[in-house]
Parts: sequence; structure tokens; C-alpha cells
Amino acid sequence: GPLSERPLMEVRLGELHTWISTCSFSPRGLLGAVQRAWSSYCAKYIHVRQGGPAGISMLLAGYCLLSYGWNYQHFKRHRWRKYH
Amino acid sequence: RALCPLVPSAPAALRALPPPVAVGVLHTTRPLHTTQQSLAPVPPLPEKGGEVRHGLIPEEFFQFLYPKTGVTGPYMLGTGLLLYLLSKEIYVVNHETAAAACILTVLVYAIKKFGPNVADFADKLNEEKMASALAMKNDTIQTLQTAIEEEKKEQWRAEGRSYLFDARRNNIAMLLEANYRERLLMVYNEVKKRLDYQVALQNLKRQKEQDHMIQWVEKSVVQSITPQQQKESIAKCILDLKALSKSAHAAV
Repeated sequence: GPLSERPLMEVRLGELHTWISTCSFSPRGLLGAVQRAWSSYCAKYIHVRQGGPAGISMLLAGYCLLSYGWNYQHFKRHRWRKYH
Repeated sequence: RALCPLVPSAPAALRALPPPVAVGVLHTTRPLHTTQQSLAPVPPLPEKGGEVRHGLIPEEFFQFLYPKTGVTGPYMLGTGLLLYLLSKEIYVVNHETAAAACILTVLVYAIKKFGPNVADFADKLNEEKMASALAMKNDTIQTLQTAIEEEKKEQWRAEGRSYLFDARRNNIAMLLEANYRERLLMVYNEVKKRLDYQVALQNLKRQKEQDHMIQWVEKSVVQSITPQQQKESIAKCILDLKALSKSAHAAV
């Protein structure tokens, strides 16, 4: 289909720039993008007949990574060596 | 009568009524029920979710790297990334690492051991819900089927109404006939009674006339018998009797 309506996974690397330019970065557009991403994640991993631990574990792992990233400056002060 | 929409041949009583008013006109500018309903039936849930390897990384990542690096590519990438993060201390090892390691061990063990049980229990709950909903649907379908059959039977029964009407017509005809004959009998009886009365009256009159005449004749005859004639007739009778007695004596 046309470039602007394809989901991100089906956009090739070379077309990424043009695809980003077709996105709407208004608050409504961003909210719509977040909602679409969340609903597609739910439909794929959570709203299934036989889901496993994968659906929630990925969310938790993402949360761990994000929280490590937010507190990185605090962790940097507890390094074991000064020079790497 | 320009406002009257009725046929001129309608009876005068009907034409005298006020003209009918259209009530509840349906606005048919909007087409109704042209598209199929999109709300039902709801498409069923997919059986299995997206494939995830080791519970954390989606399968699409491995497929993405497979053409260029083969099977071991993502694992090499992961190992290299891990070593880089550790050596440069972008990931700092502290007390939280130990805690995370213990928690992860316990979690993995619990999931490996009790996972299937929990999955079976959840499946059983789902099965019960589905079974009850299905039973309800089947019951409704069954009741509707029986209703359809009953309706068909009623329609079949209604076909026999001509026989019913014939029987009723026969009954009514018989009733009418019986009533007519009853009345005929009554008329006959009444007329006979009146005629009998007239006949009895005439008989009575004649009898009375006869009796009266006989009495009158007897009375006049008795009156006309003079005492002289009576003596003569008595003497004659005595003589006759003597003669008879003589003949009877002789016979004996």
C-alpha cells in the first residue's frame, strides 16, 4: 500500500526518512500512534486463547530497562573501576 | 365530495365519515439495513500469541537476523552486547544484581513447574464459560425449532377448517329442520284441537237435541195416555198373562 499507511515493521530502511516525514507529530497524532502500538501489542501477545509468560514478561523487562535508564546517573557513581 | 378518497360506490354511511389521516409516516429517505451488521459474529480469538524465545525476545528478531548471520547470529549479538555493557560498566553490578538473579531463578523455576497447571485451570474456566454459552444458544435454537414445528402443525390444523365449517353447517341445518318440524307438529296439534272442539260441540248439540226430543216425545205420549186407556191396557195385560200361564202349565 501507500507509504504513509504502512505500519513501521513493513517500511524498508531506505524509506524510513520519508515515512517519518509523513507521520503527524501533533499531540493527537502521537496519542493515536501510542494507542495503536498498545492495541497491536495486546492483540498479538495478551488477547489470545493460550498466552504464556511472554506477554507480561516483555512488559516487565521493558520496565526494568527503562527504570535502569532513568536512574543511570545514580548507578554511574557506584562503578567498581574508574577507568574502563 | 372532492376530499373523499373512497370509491363512489361505497355506502352513504361510509362516505359520511371524515377522511382518514395518515399516522406514523416513515421517513424512507434513509435506506434501512442495507449493509451487513459488522458487530456480530465477533471473530474468535487467535489460538496462540506471537512466538517469543526465552520468554523475552520475539521470534521476529531472530528471523530478521537469520538471512545475514544464520542461527547463531542473535546469540553472538547478545553475548557481545552483554560483555560490552559489563566491561565498560554501562551496566553496574551491585546488590540489585544479586537480588535480580535470585528473583529470576525463583520465577523461572515456578513458571517451569506450575505453569502447565495454571494454564489447565484457566483453560477449564474458559471451557466452562464457552459450554454454558453454547448450551444457552443450543437451547434457544431448540425452543425456536419446536416453536416452528408447532406453528407448522397449527397451519396444518387450520387447513381442516373447511371440514369444521361443513359439520357446523350440517348441525345448523339439522337444528333448523328439527325446529321447523316441531313447529309444524305444534300447528297440526293446535288445528286438530280446534277442529275436535268444533266436532265435539256439534255432537253435543245434536245429542242434546235428541235427548230433549225423546224426553218431549215420551212426555207427550205419557200425557196422552188417558186413565180409560190405562185401565183397558192393564186388563188386557192380565188376560194375556193368564193365557200365557195356561200355555206354560200345559208345556210343563
